[in-house]
Amino acid sequence: MLETKGITVVYNKIEALESIDLEVPSGNIYGIIGPNGAGKSTLIKAMLDLVPHSGNTLFNGELIKNQRKNLSYVEQKSNIDTTFPMKVIDCVILGIFPKLSPLQRPGKLAKIKAEEALKKVNMYEHCNRQISELSGGQFQRILIARTIIQDSDLIFLDEPFVGIDITSENIIINLLGELASKGRTILIVHHDLSKVHKYFDGLILLNKSLISYGKVSDVYTSKNIQKAFGTEILVASEKGGTQRDTSIH
Amino acid sequence: MIHQFISDVMEFSFLQRALITSIIIGVICGVIGCFIVLRGLALMGDAISHAVLPGVAISYMLGINFFYGAALFGLLAALGIGFVNQNSNIKNDSAIGIVFSSFLALGVLLVAKAQSSIDLTEILFGNVLTVKGEDRTLTIIVAAIVLIIVIVFYKEFLLSTFDSTMAAASGLPVKLIHYTIMVLLTLVTVASLQTVGVILVVSLLITPAATAYLLAKRLSTMIVMSSIIGAFSAVIGLFLSFSYNLPSGVVIVLVITAIFVVTFFLAPKTGLLWKIIKNKK
Repeated sequence: MLETKGITVVYNKIEALESIDLEVPSGNIYGIIGPNGAGKSTLIKAMLDLVPHSGNTLFNGELIKNQRKNLSYVEQKSNIDTTFPMKVIDCVILGIFPKLSPLQRPGKLAKIKAEEALKKVNMYEHCNRQISELSGGQFQRILIARTIIQDSDLIFLDEPFVGIDITSENIIINLLGELASKGRTILIVHHDLSKVHKYFDGLILLNKSLISYGKVSDVYTSKNIQKAFGTEILVASEKGGTQRDTSIH
Repeated sequence: MIHQFISDVMEFSFLQRALITSIIIGVICGVIGCFIVLRGLALMGDAISHAVLPGVAISYMLGINFFYGAALFGLLAALGIGFVNQNSNIKNDSAIGIVFSSFLALGVLLVAKAQSSIDLTEILFGNVLTVKGEDRTLTIIVAAIVLIIVIVFYKEFLLSTFDSTMAAASGLPVKLIHYTIMVLLTLVTVASLQTVGVILVVSLLITPAATAYLLAKRLSTMIVMSSIIGAFSAVIGLFLSFSYNLPSGVVIVLVITAIFVVTFFLAPKTGLLWKIIKNKK
């Protein structure tokens, strides 16, 4: 169980997040949704202790900042320098680094794990290419492969589906479904409201303060969406969406 | 001419000191330069190299090795830039401009005050042929510190340079790593002053690394290539400087630049010439 207690973030005397208390049960994929500037990415960064904040985040009853080696975080890919001299396989192996001691180097086992992860994201044939040669969707799949070999119980993804093709999007969401079915807890900052029923078990709806959280059907209502976005949005019913397909293609 | 240079190296100890110092400087500038280039800190290297001038002047005034004063002011500049940047809305490049120009102005003032004992040209452009035994020893110590830290913490440097947010989320002390690299940059810059001088040291830091960046597919390969280019340029520069009685720093920088220009046009796949030929097909 992931819990936040009174998470508050203040930038330049303006509250970016106001006392967020929520709970996410283990083995679920939760989407964090809300309008631009609602504090979606900030919430993840505060949970990870990457921005100054008050309040605490606990995972299985223990402070998250004391179990950093058991979490993965993929920020928006646009923030990563893809011209860096790095092969695809080496980028995936980076996922092992936090668990190694200073003089320890990734060995053959790390390479085998990275190759397996690349096969899962359909990128094995690209393992010796430079990351600069990949498309946006391919690079996002590499970041997901890196997350897989981190083998963490808690996974945070910031807008992983922005600017990628539908093939990459399907591969990624199916893999995340597989990880969730193994008990991993996954939080995803997401902006495309049309897919919330299809992709998520639950939602966290924000606009600086918490509007609602819980099962998608309970949170994704016209009333809540209007409260968060300040405008009427046609909310598709759960029956209209399809369930997450956890099979791997 | 090369035979003459080799026999002179065998004969004269000042030339041996210059050769050893040049090679070491080339290697360590090549190593640290890779992290500076990949972290987008080229301006920082320039700033620190200029900001050490007051330290050099004060060291001459106090009669101590210039290394200590220069290292102190280099660190003060790195911290000052970080302080201005973090405590205001001023962007990093502006903070660099403010701090390094003020340090440089102070340095020129102090050099002018202590004119009788300091050769400003030598500080600004370097003269590797005047390297003393003590300077060479300090250079070797700096090289050992830099290489040991980079080898031991290579993984941490790589991860925090490529994806600092993932590194921070995983619990790596990214700020400490940043300041460690700044300290190493200061040490390398100060150690290079005698070879290439305050004005040109940034070239030894940036150009070999940028050249290797055009060729390498891995950070480790980039570091090795950058070190080789740095050391090779330093040796060729020393040879030309000694043979034709030219200022060492200037010649070393011109050799490095020539290697960069050739690589820029002819590097396999990434070279501009190949790109033009490919586009025409």
